[in-house]
Amino acid sequence: MDATRAEVCAAACADLFEGDGEVMASPMGLLPTLGARLAKLTHSPDLLITDGESLILGGVPPLGEGTDVVEGWIPFRKVFDVVAYGRRHVVMGATQVDRHGNQNISCIGDFAKPRRQLLGVRGAPGNTVNNKTSYWVPKHSPRVFVEQVDMVSGVGRQRAERAGPAATRFHNVHRVVSNLGVLDFGGPDHTLRLVSVHPGVTVEEVLAAGACEVVVEGVVPETRMPTMEELVLVREVLDPKSLRDREVPAS
Amino acid sequence: MTESRMKNKVMSVDDVVGRLKDGMTIGVGGWGSRRKPMALVRAICRSDLEDLTVVSYGGPDVGLLCASGKVKKLVYAFVSLDSIPLEPLFRAARETASVEVEEWDEGMFQTGLRAAAQRLPFLPMRAGLGSDVMTYNPHLRTVTSPYDDGEDLVAVPALKLDAALVHMNRADAHGNAQYLGPDPYFDDLFCLAADQRFVSTERIVDTAGLTVDAPVQTLLLNRLMVDGVVETPNGAHFTTCVPDYGRDERFQKAYATAAADPATWAEFEKRFLAGTEQDYQDAVATFHDEQTQQKGER
Repeated sequence: MDATRAEVCAAACADLFEGDGEVMASPMGLLPTLGARLAKLTHSPDLLITDGESLILGGVPPLGEGTDVVEGWIPFRKVFDVVAYGRRHVVMGATQVDRHGNQNISCIGDFAKPRRQLLGVRGAPGNTVNNKTSYWVPKHSPRVFVEQVDMVSGVGRQRAERAGPAATRFHNVHRVVSNLGVLDFGGPDHTLRLVSVHPGVTVEEVLAAGACEVVVEGVVPETRMPTMEELVLVREVLDPKSLRDREVPAS
Repeated sequence: MTESRMKNKVMSVDDVVGRLKDGMTIGVGGWGSRRKPMALVRAICRSDLEDLTVVSYGGPDVGLLCASGKVKKLVYAFVSLDSIPLEPLFRAARETASVEVEEWDEGMFQTGLRAAAQRLPFLPMRAGLGSDVMTYNPHLRTVTSPYDDGEDLVAVPALKLDAALVHMNRADAHGNAQYLGPDPYFDDLFCLAADQRFVSTERIVDTAGLTVDAPVQTLLLNRLMVDGVVETPNGAHFTTCVPDYGRDERFQKAYATAAADPATWAEFEKRFLAGTEQDYQDAVATFHDEQTQQKGER
């Protein structure tokens, strides 16, 4: 069975959570949510997943739907408790991300008078110095992967180190999943490194699709294909309406 | 009866606005486009007040106050309409640099309110370290732990408010108030951080009525946290105020579409925001009648 690019991304997002155990998954956006639910149904049954508002879900519902069973209450104030407590893995979006792992969701251009105002830093500063953080980029492009982000919202390793031990003690920026591949910060001085390219994508394509340096070590493997079980779960259970194809169109 | 001897804090929307002054720092409860005290916000927009500092987990409250020229400074972590990620009027204010801003992390914001609520100058936390929140708010300081760890943490300053405005599902005349939806947000902290505290509510009921069909845990505010209670049915519109009503997505979309262009925004303002709260509610009802008719004709 052939998998679409969106399905490869779903499995890659699921793999972000592998080994996390009993932590709160906080996926922002559609593919990370699909990934977290897929992870819970496969290799990570102990994950806590939420409705993105205030409920911890007892079941694993399809995208956009609720569940009969609620296992907990997690209003925003308690989310902040979990951030500080650390048993959380957040997958945020990134309007910009740089080779040092700094992320921006605040604004584009000069902060004093931005060319484009976005959401604001939201919880990114606190997330990155408190709990495991990954990023999802649905459209890998030179506008997203930049040499230096305009407003550091999520904090990369180098900046955390400069801020001192209080910032690095729980700092754990894990990976970036994009529509083209998977990256981490395992390059020299915790810089961006290509972990895998999605099937059908070349290393050169990934490098050309970014405006910052990416470390490539040896032969870069392909991102794994979803298993038959995962494909059935994605197609029949979690996303029967194929919402995933809107975020990552078939290439 | 003891109850009858307790203060009656019921007032009108105009009474609340009358208690506010130019230059005040005003905290607005709710979160994004959720349970915002919109009737009070609309009244401020109609008033002569100016030079306000607005402290908010921002939604359309921030957009409307900016567009009506009330805001000197904004303190926020985000401004969003939730189902529509970006708030167009807030964007316009930022992109023309027409307001001063302090952009904080969401958790710092809660910590700042908590420090104010506890009458402390600051509370320490990790959030903010290494980020540009520290760069663009150079008045923010760090503090060194006096214990063996010696960690340098952000000393989040107290977010002291002159006034807090929050919206609850139900309240009594004395200022006891409850939320019946899924999330209290930070409305209790907003009240505790403020000198004057005003609650708008879907309906004012007898004290006994608060717990007749809801658990005591829904009583978020007690009367020592509240100075004024205003009954404003549909007063959080168009933000969500479940279980009384959800977000008016159709209206919010019309708002966001109109706000994207100055010409259409002027039209929207004239139609919905030029009159009283009752005029607003009537215009919203007419808007929905028209939408339904258009749908039926297709």
